[in-house]
Amino acid sequence: MSNANDWPLWEVFVRSRRGLSHTHAGSLHAPDAEMALRNARDLYTRRSEGVSVWVVPSTEITASSPDEKDAFFEPAGDKPYRHPTFYEIPDGVKHL
Amino acid sequence: MTAALALGDDALVLSQRLGEWAGHAPVLEEEVALANIALDLLGQARTLLSLAGDEDELAFLREERAFRNVQLVEQPNGDFAHTIARQLYFSVYQHLLYGRLAADESPFTALASKAVKEVAYHRDHAEQWVLRLGDGTAESHERMQCALDALWRYTGELFEPVEGVDLDWRALKADWLTAVTAVLRQATLALPAGPQSGAWTAGAGRQGLHTEPFGRMLAEMQHLHRSHPGASW
Repeated sequence: MSNANDWPLWEVFVRSRRGLSHTHAGSLHAPDAEMALRNARDLYTRRSEGVSVWVVPSTEITASSPDEKDAFFEPAGDKPYRHPTFYEIPDGVKHL
Repeated sequence: MTAALALGDDALVLSQRLGEWAGHAPVLEEEVALANIALDLLGQARTLLSLAGDEDELAFLREERAFRNVQLVEQPNGDFAHTIARQLYFSVYQHLLYGRLAADESPFTALASKAVKEVAYHRDHAEQWVLRLGDGTAESHERMQCALDALWRYTGELFEPVEGVDLDWRALKADWLTAVTAVLRQATLALPAGPQSGAWTAGAGRQGLHTEPFGRMLAEMQHLHRSHPGASW
């Protein structure tokens, strides 16, 4: 049976056929990257044509710490001039 | 439609065998992969059997002797290596066969064009596992070799011409042998010795002669339909 060393955890990112960016879809266990890709295809894409899949070993991902959340994200929150929210977006601009 | 029945029965029977893995595969991800392959094959079987008649009647009301599948696909799952060996032999065959059928004009062109993508994936899946098991641990290597050897004698039947399928079967066999040999070599496994057919058992599935495990498989598969004939579901 699988154990954590032989079958490490992988994070799966999928870009759909008409999508612009890869989105985290979930995770799975696989012995190596090749098998992780194939498993991801079965589990998360149902083999739709023209999608792109990334797999990354979970150990390769460094996440921001919840404890430092304030220091990371808060300072800018009360300064609206930092956020480009006052512009009218022209009709022709998509995916902004 | 002798040919539709033969090719449809191959897909139906292997699909049933793979379905037996549900809940029993080595890991969850592999279970999904096997189920996916089984579903692909069942879809092919439905299309092919519909060409030959009523798919439900053909699947559930025929006796063993009326099935035209090759004996390879009816072989029990065994351990994971046996399932993978069976899958390698059959999916390489199916990939080469459907590739040819997709290229030429025949009643099977439409089906083959669609299915060739599926079987390419089945083949890749089987090859990946043969490489991993063959080039894995000493035990996985031994089990993989054992499975390849055990099923080898059922492979000759794959290349007996099917009535109604017009292609060069000798060339198909040569391509199959080249492909399988390449995978086994890369996986540090040996091509099984001994005859591929002509032995006491292998090679009469297309004539309706099947091996002993097939009857039990059919009994399980057909049980409900036979208990409630004519029910809609």
